[in-house]
Amino acid sequence: MATVPKFSEVKVGDAITPIVLPPITRHQLALYCGGSGDHNPIHVDLDFAKKFGFKDVFAHGMLSMGFLGRLVTSYAPRDRIRKLGTRFTSITWVGDVITLQGKVTGKREEGGEKLIDLEVRCTNQNGQDTLQGHATVAAA
Amino acid sequence: MQLDKKIIGHEFKAFSAVAEAGKVRLFCKAIGEEDPIYLDEAVAKKAGYARIPTPPTFLQAITNDDPEKGGLLKLLNVDIGLILHGEQHYDYYAPVYVGDRITCQQKVVDLYDKKGGALWFVVSETSMKDQAGKLVAKATGITVVRNPDAAKK
Repeated sequence: MATVPKFSEVKVGDAITPIVLPPITRHQLALYCGGSGDHNPIHVDLDFAKKFGFKDVFAHGMLSMGFLGRLVTSYAPRDRIRKLGTRFTSITWVGDVITLQGKVTGKREEGGEKLIDLEVRCTNQNGQDTLQGHATVAAA
Repeated sequence: MQLDKKIIGHEFKAFSAVAEAGKVRLFCKAIGEEDPIYLDEAVAKKAGYARIPTPPTFLQAITNDDPEKGGLLKLLNVDIGLILHGEQHYDYYAPVYVGDRITCQQKVVDLYDKKGGALWFVVSETSMKDQAGKLVAKATGITVVRNPDAAKK
């Protein structure tokens, strides 16, 4: 479990320990369909995906954002998360191996809190970013 | 089809949804989250939480619990197969706990096109308040719509 980062010890450029995920499976997309309530068939129904011009089903962007949430909560506890945001920059396909990475981009004080800004991303096995995000956590 | 900027400012009907324990477990299983604070109240309390917290992006499961789900698609009059998620941003003011009843109010805040009208970008904001009326989070999403006319070409 993550401990609260100490503001004085954190340096811009510090990296979060990367997480390499197991390959994305169709089963995982079905679980996320139910768990998230995003029932868009394009993520679980191959016939539907093909009808709209896709070669296969593909992962929900928000599944990958859930991975970014895991990365950020591996760095700071859940109740310390102030912001999490992302752009979805390319499609994540079944079988893709995603690596989660992050680093500290800034430190600041705002509203009486000591904040740490992070850049976070999901990258596939070809080195292409699928999500380019940012987060802010409150330090001690 | 053309963009109709008149939808900017449209407010959807507010609804409330409960962060259910079983849904949180399924959500955690799907994203591979194994931290017991999301599953076990004793562990959560030991870690300093009043109750079992929900993972940061579980907010999506709450906003998807809209009984009039698909309101944005209806407003735009497009098929679900034509939409992609462009961006998502969350501001967290307090954790959402299992058992909380969250009231969500979504509104359209911007609409613009790119690539000569081939892609539409719809920006919406959702405020999320707990049962005490406290603002716990704000969700800002950008939905990308492939213009049906351009998608046919």
